[in-house]
Amino acid sequence: MKYRHRIKEVGFWALFFLVFGLIPVFAKSEYHLVLANHILIWGLFAMAFNMLFGVTGMLSFGQALYYGLGAYWVGLMVKTFGDVWFLPAMGFGVLSAVLLSILIGLLVIRVSGVYFTVLTLAFGQLAWQITFKWYHFTGGDDGIQGIMAPGILGNHIVYYCFTLLLVAVSIWILRRLVNSPLGLTLRCIRQNPERVRFLGRRVRRNQLRIYVISSSFAALAGGLMSGVNNSIHPDMFYWTTSGEVILMGVIGGIGQFFGPFIGAAVIIIIQDVVGARTEYWSLIIGLVMMTMVLLLPRGLVGEIQAFRARFKSGAGNRG
Amino acid sequence: MLYLIEQLLNGIQLGMLLFLLAAGLTLIFGIMDLINLAHGSLYMIGAYLAYQAVSVWHANFWISVLIAALGAGIFGMFVEATFLRRIYGRAEEGGFQILLTYSFILVIDDLVKLIWGTEYKSLPRPVGFGGAVNFGGLTIPSYNLAIIAIGLVIVILAWLILSRTRSGRVVRAAALDREMLGSLGINVPLTMTLVFGIATAMGGFAGALAAPLRSVSPGAGIEVIIDSLIVVVIGGMGNFWGAWLGALILGEVNAFAVSTVPDWASLFNYLVMVLTLIFKPEGLFASREIRKV
Repeated sequence: MKYRHRIKEVGFWALFFLVFGLIPVFAKSEYHLVLANHILIWGLFAMAFNMLFGVTGMLSFGQALYYGLGAYWVGLMVKTFGDVWFLPAMGFGVLSAVLLSILIGLLVIRVSGVYFTVLTLAFGQLAWQITFKWYHFTGGDDGIQGIMAPGILGNHIVYYCFTLLLVAVSIWILRRLVNSPLGLTLRCIRQNPERVRFLGRRVRRNQLRIYVISSSFAALAGGLMSGVNNSIHPDMFYWTTSGEVILMGVIGGIGQFFGPFIGAAVIIIIQDVVGARTEYWSLIIGLVMMTMVLLLPRGLVGEIQAFRARFKSGAGNRG
Repeated sequence: MLYLIEQLLNGIQLGMLLFLLAAGLTLIFGIMDLINLAHGSLYMIGAYLAYQAVSVWHANFWISVLIAALGAGIFGMFVEATFLRRIYGRAEEGGFQILLTYSFILVIDDLVKLIWGTEYKSLPRPVGFGGAVNFGGLTIPSYNLAIIAIGLVIVILAWLILSRTRSGRVVRAAALDREMLGSLGINVPLTMTLVFGIATAMGGFAGALAAPLRSVSPGAGIEVIIDSLIVVVIGGMGNFWGAWLGALILGEVNAFAVSTVPDWASLFNYLVMVLTLIFKPEGLFASREIRKV
């Protein structure tokens, strides 16, 4: 079983680098490169979110806050001080996400379950409103355009490789985290927080830890995104952004480590195919989400696995 | 002084509308253990139905309000019976409920756009309530007074029904122990559907009443749901009187903030919420232990 597990892991990474490594070679246009970039960055965002929801059982509806924070650090610094600040700004974005998530985390972690969800949602909307209304600082509804990465990063292919590298390293870190003692504690918290407390582990502190970690990777995703789209918008803070990342997790399967990444790819591709043809994009998102929750709650990856397990046990019984 | 009283009354009127909305939310949460994120969308449906009845069918305003409440209630019962009922009792139910009700928001928003278009609609105030009333130099729009009066009637009525009638007892019992209630011969699923219907009807009612004051637009549901969630958090989730007090506090804060710093008024709602969270995270009137994980 352990051996099979390794094969799967190696398989994912091989496929990951094969597909995303070959995209710059075979991409017919810049547009495809942007699309691949979106999948990588949303994939990272969704996996970071799933550390909260899928692993620890904390449904945050406010991860867009940190995503937007990362993006606005880059946007504002590049706009004010010039593009050499692109990379430092990305670092500042992650750092400020750490600080802010400790602050907000200390507040929202005092409650759990749906209360946690409602509060994270409220804080996310607060950030959106500030960004939206503070026109002379953030540019309000206009957002910020013309954010270019400096020097060689300005090249689309180089930037793509930069994203690929950062996302791969981040996913690897998250993977190590899930398999670490902290990851085990987090999974226990999801299943039975009271027992974790009996075992002498601090529930709140570990919840805060993963909240901070997840938020800082969301900020990293936001910073990376501002370089792909070359523009940012207050909607990055809006709760539909949090909703979309949740949907990616649910589609891929929140019980699976790599599930949210697959979910992100599925959503981005659907969005590319369908979103261009209809203005009723949120209707489609809503219907997809409804179907997933009602009929396929384990997500695509999880349902396939469950189906295979059922098939196998059925075959075993007959033999 | 006059200014103070004027803003105070303004705040009460805002609070009443918020209460009508938050009461449904808190009722659903307290009795069914369900956070209905789509509650604001029912408010929006109520507003659009009122618009439809007044502007297209040329109905009397007050009849339109009733149509809106009835329509939202029936829609709510349909949604509960066809979708929400399927996920009760599922593992990690809380998360899935939120996701499901969130998906309703997306679908309802676009359906409203499909039916009524994206432009803003406005509704005239009802006949007889277009003017203002004078109290020794104090002028108050008579429609605001009507809303305050209606709000008070609804509060008293809801309290009487919940605490003094047999159906109220059944509903409160459902909040405590559904299984036991079922074994006593009460049809629990039907009770849940009716509770959901009444709560959503209140949401639609609030939307219709608010329609002449605010413009009716798609996205209105999202604007109001955050405010009503804040009310419910301040008051203590699932607590009827908590929602009442929370709504009044938020209404007053809003009224005074709008008249002093109009641009940043909505931030004060969050400030109240954060302060409540710091000092009393379970809400001012906590009806249940929420720190328990």
